[in-house]
Amino acid sequence: MKARIVAIASNTFREAVRDRVLYNLIAFALLMSGAAILVGQISIDIERLVVINLGLTAVSLFGMVIAIFIGIGLVSKEIEKRTLYTVLSRPVRRWEFIVGKFFGLAGTLIVNTVFMAVGVFAALLYVSHHFQQPDSWILVALYFIILQFVIITALALLFSSFSSSLLSAVFAFSLFVIGSFAEDLRGFAGLTHGLTRWLATGAAYLVPNFCALNVISSVAHQQPVAGQLIFYNTVYALIYAAMVLSGAVLIFEHRNLK
Amino acid sequence: MPAIEIIGLEKTYTVGFWRKKPKCALRPLHLSVEEGEIFGFLGPNGAGKTTTLKLLMRLVYPTAGTARILGMELDDPRMRAQIGFLPEQPYFYDYLTARELLDYYGRLSGVPGKERSHKVDEVLNLVGLPDAGGVQLRKFSKGMLQRVGIGQAILHDPKVVFLDEPMSGLDPMGRREVRDLMERLKQAGKTVFFSTHILADAEALCDRVAIIHLGELRGVGAVADLTSSVHGRVELVWQGNTIPAAIRELGAESHISGDTVRAVLPEECQEAAIEALRRERLHLISLTPVRTSLEDYFVQKLQPSRTVAEVRS
Repeated sequence: MKARIVAIASNTFREAVRDRVLYNLIAFALLMSGAAILVGQISIDIERLVVINLGLTAVSLFGMVIAIFIGIGLVSKEIEKRTLYTVLSRPVRRWEFIVGKFFGLAGTLIVNTVFMAVGVFAALLYVSHHFQQPDSWILVALYFIILQFVIITALALLFSSFSSSLLSAVFAFSLFVIGSFAEDLRGFAGLTHGLTRWLATGAAYLVPNFCALNVISSVAHQQPVAGQLIFYNTVYALIYAAMVLSGAVLIFEHRNLK
Repeated sequence: MPAIEIIGLEKTYTVGFWRKKPKCALRPLHLSVEEGEIFGFLGPNGAGKTTTLKLLMRLVYPTAGTARILGMELDDPRMRAQIGFLPEQPYFYDYLTARELLDYYGRLSGVPGKERSHKVDEVLNLVGLPDAGGVQLRKFSKGMLQRVGIGQAILHDPKVVFLDEPMSGLDPMGRREVRDLMERLKQAGKTVFFSTHILADAEALCDRVAIIHLGELRGVGAVADLTSSVHGRVELVWQGNTIPAAIRELGAESHISGDTVRAVLPEECQEAAIEALRRERLHLISLTPVRTSLEDYFVQKLQPSRTVAEVRS
């Protein structure tokens, strides 16, 4: 079981690498170099703030785009191209395929994030010439960004398990946008009454809470992140992703591959 | 114990978005394939061959019925490790090289690491691609992909091999090689279940065949037994350039060539034809039975059965 999941995950990673997905790192490197040089020239005293904000936001957006656009094709593309037929005719259970695909893409995103993180720290070193103790919180912000990727990868896989690539992209991107305003949605639910309150509250807790996983601004202002938040966010992201993956498995288990 | 046992397997799809209608892809199918056989699953395009194979591979789920392979249920992973499958017009991960692809399938089938590398080389040789192991599949021709496809189906030394249209896309040499490969699999004691609409391949290779049309099994048996069930015909050749009226009336297909006449007519009319030649004092040169081909049987079985025709009208 473990060997099959590892085989599927490593093949997914290899596909991303061979399809030149990691080339986005070149664009990221260019963006960070340009930003560092520009910020160094025009900002006074807020270079660090701008570089951290810009760098981490770029890490998040680049990763989200990759997660959505690869994730939506993880299952549907395999069905359309019929590559799945020879895989599932082997002693591979359908859930193993989904889990393997998930780890493959999550692994790709983690590797990608590590490279981008190096770029952020390099730009930071360029503008401030030395690291400060609060810079270590950037690692926590990067960790939260990876947790966001884990959730969005699971969601993209869920949509990919029952709909076309285009629809999956629309669903996943919509949830990313809504999830980024999850706290506002919860605030709105608190202002309503009756059935609307129930529906709004339900929707607010159903969508992924990307707000709680976004500490870019506070880290840029050199504010620490509470250990409790790290723990709760980790538990939340893992449970949310596990539930979404279970849904994907449930749907895929019953799907006829016509 | 049969290698493959299909018990009332049936598949009905629902088509349409708003007004959903049932569409029967496979009527209840009962079939048994013995170990060590090469079994041909014949039918025209859209007959239900691929549906049957997809049901056996658990790619689609049956509406009713069940099947067992090597005595095990279809979802049993122990059984899955002992079968190989080549889908119709296969498409593989084109970013991989042939060697990487075979290695991947070997890992999925549980072939141990040390053995895998050796097996991959062996299979690449067997399918005629000894020098193409390091080439990415996106650079492969259709025929080469078909060979890789067959390679992945036999890599893990399966007991039963399912091949969906294995000759498709191959040139005459390639077809010959696949036929030889299937013969070798049989000699090694494997069971080969393959679907095709190329009857010559089936006739040359199969121990037994089944004919399916419109999702319905129309006949099953050894090729010799099936063809003998087709109403026989004989060919008469006589000297002269006239065709007696009595022979014309028997429905003979006649052809005059120089000073000989050839006529093909139903076997049961041969006595009457000989008698007609005798009356006309024509010299009979030969009387030979026309060999019935699988194609004749196939065409006969593809005619709508009375019941089906009545239902449709």
